[in-house]
Amino acid sequence: MLRYIVRRLVGAVPILVGISLISFLMMHMAPGGPIGAGTDLNPKATAESRARLKAYYGLDQPLHIQYGRWLVRMSTLDFGDSFSPDGRPVAEKIKERIPITLTINVLSMGLIFLVAIPVGVYSAVRKGSLFDRISTVAVFTGFAIPTFWLALLLMILFGVKLGWLPISGISSLDYGSLGPLGKLADRAHHLLLPVLLLGFGGLAGMSRYTRANMLEVIRQDYVATARAKGLPEGTVVFRHAMRNALLPVITILGLSVPELLGGSVIFETIFAIPGLGQLFYQGVMSRDYPLIMGILTIGAFLTLLGNLLADVGYALADPRIRQG
Amino acid sequence: MNGTPGIGWDFARRLLRNRLAAAGGAVILFFFLVSALPGLFSTHEPNRIDIVNILRPPSGAHPLGTDDLGRDVLARVVHGARISLSVGFVAVGIAIAIGLIVGLLAGFYGGWADAVLMRLVDMMLCFPTFFLILSVIAFLEPSIWNIMTVIGLTGWMGVARLVRAETLSIKERDFVAAARAQGAGSARIIFRHVLPNTLAPILVAATLGVAGAILTESALSFLGIGVQPPTPSWGNILTAGKDNIEYAWWLSLFPGLAILVTVLGYNLLGEGIRDAADPRLKGR
Repeated sequence: MLRYIVRRLVGAVPILVGISLISFLMMHMAPGGPIGAGTDLNPKATAESRARLKAYYGLDQPLHIQYGRWLVRMSTLDFGDSFSPDGRPVAEKIKERIPITLTINVLSMGLIFLVAIPVGVYSAVRKGSLFDRISTVAVFTGFAIPTFWLALLLMILFGVKLGWLPISGISSLDYGSLGPLGKLADRAHHLLLPVLLLGFGGLAGMSRYTRANMLEVIRQDYVATARAKGLPEGTVVFRHAMRNALLPVITILGLSVPELLGGSVIFETIFAIPGLGQLFYQGVMSRDYPLIMGILTIGAFLTLLGNLLADVGYALADPRIRQG
Repeated sequence: MNGTPGIGWDFARRLLRNRLAAAGGAVILFFFLVSALPGLFSTHEPNRIDIVNILRPPSGAHPLGTDDLGRDVLARVVHGARISLSVGFVAVGIAIAIGLIVGLLAGFYGGWADAVLMRLVDMMLCFPTFFLILSVIAFLEPSIWNIMTVIGLTGWMGVARLVRAETLSIKERDFVAAARAQGAGSARIIFRHVLPNTLAPILVAATLGVAGAILTESALSFLGIGVQPPTPSWGNILTAGKDNIEYAWWLSLFPGLAILVTVLGYNLLGEGIRDAADPRLKGR
């Protein structure tokens, strides 16, 4: 097992270098280079921050040396200072935004698993039934709905018309005066809609995927054998079929990291949630290049990490993988 | 078609018999018509500001109401169709072109070319697409051309993998060996034998890709970094919807419905093409 993990880690190194190279080149392909683009288009970039940026990138050095230095800084999570008036280090800004985004993403992921897997399994077992047909229609609609639009509609319904849920922020004005339980309830109240919506985006794909895997497994000989030897249907479905059908779902977990991160840009902007996505959006709007490159690199890194964890999880669950 | 599931008369017949796919196709044709002849569906000017009639609910004069500048929402949705659809098509055209070239090169030549190109795909896939698109837009000015290009440049990886896999399997078939034995060169084999056989999966990817690109464009425009006002796009009408969320539900409802129906149409047609090209996969 350890050998497998080490092999995956070593395999990730060239990808990591490639990610950094793409980020680095992107910065240099910007019109006028990192300084030109940053300062020409950004009126907020002062002469001082221009000088700082020049020193940060070491622009008087040849390109490969610049890249080498930049790589060293990246590996210590030094992304330079933000262009924004406070001029704080980008790494610090990112660090304080990650917990809220991570919380929402993990909760949504939990929701996706809780709903999508039973739906997918049941549709496959009862293929062609009314439930299967309804869930198939729901899945196609789910694929086609722009989730930010659904967010708007639900905000209108629950926030404006019914007044049940808050439509922005992560805490009420009186948050500070609430007790610990009250704080938790207030947080939950604010995060309910964003979590539901972010989860909704992944539901369709996951239930469709579970259904397809389940259908594939049900056709296998060992399932027919289990049935033939007279095992009850429940045992066949849950013990023989489902356990195998769910294996590839672990992979999807890792693969959905970039989508969830991308989704958080939209949701955190709509609901005014102070997370990584909102920070990124603000960075893009104000052309805060050190911030943009920092979050882009962190995002790619998190995605790579998600893939690695998924691979390891898959290997833990399925001995065939780590043998091969 | 050499025993591979492909595109021919059988394919067309199977596709038309699939009611959902036909419905999807009808929706697509309808929006083509809307894009080509917007005047047929709305007589209002999409950009005519009318400060007397600001945020009016749907009525006889304005079937879908008016926005915060008094512009007719139906006219904006109708004219936005052309913008949103062109972004979808051009972006997917770019993605398919790159993906096709990369996939063919990697799959056909193998070895170093394959290793390098596929690692490039792996790296690109590590960047959350939406982050990547937003970063590039931050370097450029948001405009309809930049949006098309950026969505295309960040969306080719799936196609490349698909084409590579198809190419790998096709180049080992007997008919390719036969062509080679007859003295056909690489170019001839690629264009006469490999390419036609990758057509069906590419068509599926393209159809589903248009749906994805329309969704991405609408999200970007909604965030204010896509198609810029006053040019109407389905996404940027929704921005006005969000700004006036407490007063004007019609501004949020109708453009979103247009996106939903269009994307659903492309998805249904795409699935239909997949089933028709390879009936063995039906119902997955």
